[in-house]
Amino acid sequence: MFNILQKTLNVGTATADYPRVAPHLAEKFRGCPEFDFAAWTDARPAADACPTGAIALCDRDGTRTVTVDYGRCIFCGECEAASADGAVSMTRQFELAATQRRDLILTAQYTLHSDGAHAGLQSATSGATAEDPGKRSAAAIQSLLGRSLAIRQVDAGSCNGCEQEIVALNNPVHDIERFGIHFVASPRHADMLLVTGPVTRNMELALRKTWAATPDPKVVVAVGACGISGGIFGTNYASMGGVDAVIPVDVYIPGCPPRPEALLQGILLALGRARQTLDVHPHRYLQLLVE
Amino acid sequence: MTSFLKDLRKRFSEQIRSAEELVPHQVTILLNGSDVTSIARHFIAEYKARLVTVFAEDRVRAEGLFYNYYVFDRIGDPTWVILKAPISGDNPSFTSLAAEFPSVNWQEREIQDWFGLEAVGHPNPRRVALHDNWPDVHPLRKNFPLDTVLPPFEGERHVYRPAIGEGVFHILVGPVHAGIIEPGHFNFTVAGEPILYLQLRMFYTHKGTEKLFENFTIPRAVFLAESVSGDSAFSHGTAFCRAIEAAAEIEVPARAQFLRTILLELERVANHVADTGAIANDVGFVIANAHAGRVRELVLDLCETLTGSRLLRGMVAVGGVRRDWQKAQVEAIESTLKIVEREFCDLVTIIQSSNSTRERLEHTGILRPVKAQMLGIVGVAGRASGIDLDVRRDHPYEAYRHLPITVPVYQAGDVRHRLQVRIDEVAESIQIVRAAVARLPEGSYRAPTQRIPSGRCALSAVEGWRGEILYWVRTGDDNHLERCKIKDPSLNNWPALVEAMEGNIVADFPVINKSFNMSYSGTDR
Repeated sequence: MFNILQKTLNVGTATADYPRVAPHLAEKFRGCPEFDFAAWTDARPAADACPTGAIALCDRDGTRTVTVDYGRCIFCGECEAASADGAVSMTRQFELAATQRRDLILTAQYTLHSDGAHAGLQSATSGATAEDPGKRSAAAIQSLLGRSLAIRQVDAGSCNGCEQEIVALNNPVHDIERFGIHFVASPRHADMLLVTGPVTRNMELALRKTWAATPDPKVVVAVGACGISGGIFGTNYASMGGVDAVIPVDVYIPGCPPRPEALLQGILLALGRARQTLDVHPHRYLQLLVE
Repeated sequence: MTSFLKDLRKRFSEQIRSAEELVPHQVTILLNGSDVTSIARHFIAEYKARLVTVFAEDRVRAEGLFYNYYVFDRIGDPTWVILKAPISGDNPSFTSLAAEFPSVNWQEREIQDWFGLEAVGHPNPRRVALHDNWPDVHPLRKNFPLDTVLPPFEGERHVYRPAIGEGVFHILVGPVHAGIIEPGHFNFTVAGEPILYLQLRMFYTHKGTEKLFENFTIPRAVFLAESVSGDSAFSHGTAFCRAIEAAAEIEVPARAQFLRTILLELERVANHVADTGAIANDVGFVIANAHAGRVRELVLDLCETLTGSRLLRGMVAVGGVRRDWQKAQVEAIESTLKIVEREFCDLVTIIQSSNSTRERLEHTGILRPVKAQMLGIVGVAGRASGIDLDVRRDHPYEAYRHLPITVPVYQAGDVRHRLQVRIDEVAESIQIVRAAVARLPEGSYRAPTQRIPSGRCALSAVEGWRGEILYWVRTGDDNHLERCKIKDPSLNNWPALVEAMEGNIVADFPVINKSFNMSYSGTDR
C-alpha cells in the first residue's frame, strides 16, 4: 500500500495539457501531406505511389483533375518521396477532424502537356464549405451533451490500430475524463458512438442495432481512414467501406490511426467545444487562393 | 537435412513426386495425391515435428488443380518442411487431419469456406470463416471477383450447442463488447457461476484481406500487411517483406536488419507493457494500469521518434526500411529505455506486492501443457504452458542470429504465468535492443528497389509479440501477387481460450481473455 502511494507521489502529474498547450510531437512525426498545387509539375508519381488511392487522377480532354482525399490518407509519406518537384511535403499537421466528408477533399485542375506532365494550373479548391444548415447546430449539441459525454466505442471491422489509440485516451497522459468525457459499456448509456472501420458485412447488422439502441440525441464520429472511407480495404465483397455507408456520421477524424490528440480534437469538435482547424489549415492551396 | 529427406523419400517413395529447396531453409515436397495423413503422422511421431499451418491455393486456371500446403517445423532444425498436396479441380476435397491433429481444426474449415474444398472426415465441418448467413460463395477462388456485391444477408442462423439441465443457461456476449476491444461473439454455458463451456464465433472483422493482396502491387501490399493487425503493424509488415525478399532473393543490408530487429523488440515492449497493466486492471487493480499506460506512452514516443509513427507504420519496406536514423535518434533509444526499464520494474513490484491481485491471477484460466501441445498453441500463451517455441531462436532472422536470446518457459499455464512470460520478455527485449544498438552497423538501410520476378514462392516467419506470424506468397506478373497467406498466431490460439475457461467463473473471463490477448482482426483478416 505504502509503495503504491509513494510511487504515485513520485510520478506527480503525468497528464499532457492538450489542447491548451501544443502536443508533444517527435521531430520526425508524420502528419498529413500538403500540396503546392502551383508548383506541382506532375501528379502521376504521387498517385502511383499512394497505397490507398487518396490521390486520384482523372484525365479528360487535355485536362487533369487531381483529387486529394484526407479521408483516405494514411500519412505514409510515399507521395512526398515519389514527387521529384518538391510540391508535395509531409507536415506535422494532424488536427484534421471535419464535420463534412467533402471538407477533407481538395481538387486541382491542370492543363496537360502531350507527355502527361502539367502545363499549368487552372484552379485549386478545397471542399471546405460553410456549415451545412441540415446539421444540428454545435450550440444545441453543446447545451445538451457538452459538459458531460458518454461514449460507446464500436469496432465495426478495424485492424485494431485505432483501438490502440482510443485506449490511450484513457491513460493518465491523455486522460479524456478531465473533459467530463468517459467510455461506457452499453450503447444505451451513450451519447456518442465512436466507430472504427471499415464496416464489414459481418458487422453491418451489429452496427445498425447499436446505433438504434443509442438514445437520441446522439452523435456519431467515424475514426480513421478506414472508418471514413474504407481506407486501404476500400469496398469489397466483405467490406462496406466507411461508417457513413451504414449510419449517419457527424464528425470524421482522419489518420491511420489518428493519434490520441487528433481523436480528442474530433470528439471536442463534435461537441462544439473545438474549432474545425481544417478551415484555417496552413495549406499552400489556401495561400494560393488568397494571393 | 539430406539424411532426413533420403529417409523420407525411401519410406514414402509412392507418395513423393519431388522435393526442392528453392529458398534456403525451406524444403517443398510435392506429393502425388491429396492425402497427407501417413506422412503427417510419421513427421509428428518420428521427428517430433509440429504441424504449423495448412492453407490452400487455387491453381485451377494455371494447372487445373488446387493445392493444400502443410507446413511442418522440426525441433532443432531451422528448415521448414512444406508438403504440397495437389487436389483435383473436378473433385475438390481432401482428407481432414483435424480429428487427429486439432491444431488445424479451424484452418481446414477456413479452406472449406474460402476455397470450397471439402475436408472429408472433419469432426466439426461447420462454417467458421464465413458466417452462416453468407450465400454459398468461395471468395478465394480465382473466379470470384474481389468486388462481388453479395445480396443482403438473411438473419442470424448460427446454432450453438444447447444448454440442457436444471439451472444451466447461456450467457451471450458480443459482438459489440463492453470494453474498447474488437468484435467477436462469446456464448457461455454456465451452471451458476462456473462456466461449463465457451463457444466462440469469430470472423466478424473479415475484410477480404487475403483476396485484396492478390489485387495489389507488392509495394502497395506492404501497407496492407501493416493493417492486418494494427497492434502488430511492424511484425506483420516485416513478415510480409521477408517473404517477398526470400522469393525474389533480395539481400537486406545489415543495417536494415538491425533497425528492423530494434523496432520488432520495441513493438513487443509496448504491447507487453500495455498487457501487464490491462491484466491487473481486469482484476480491479486500476492504479497498475495507469502506470502501465504512462510507461507505454514513453515507448510510443520513442517509436514516433524512430519512425514518425507511434505504431511503427510506414517504416518497413521490401529490401529494408524507408528511413535511416540520425545519431540523435539512436541516442534516444537508450535514454528512453533507461526510464522505461526503471518504471516497468516499479510497476511489476507494485503488482507483485498486491496479495489480492496475485490471488486472482494464480490458478486462473489454466491451459495445461498437454492441451497446449495438442492445440498447437504458440507465442506467449504457449510459453506459459510449456511450449518452448520462439522463431527468433529456432529460425533466426534479421539480426537475431547475432544476438543472445533467452526464452522464458513455464509449465503452470495460468494467467499469472502468461503475465510472467510478458514481464520476462520485456526485460529480455530491452537487452536485445541494447545489444543491437551497440552493434548497429553503418551502411545502407534499403536495398535498391527492383521489380519482383513472377512465379516465385516463399514462406517467412517472424516472432511478433503475440507469437509466430507466418506469410506465404506466390508472386505474379507485373509486380503483383498470386497468393498471400497470412497466419497470425491468434488463429490457432483461440481454441486455447475455450480450454482455459472451463470451470472458471464468468467474472474471470475478461482477465483470462486479456491474458491471451488475441488479435481478432489478425484471425478474421
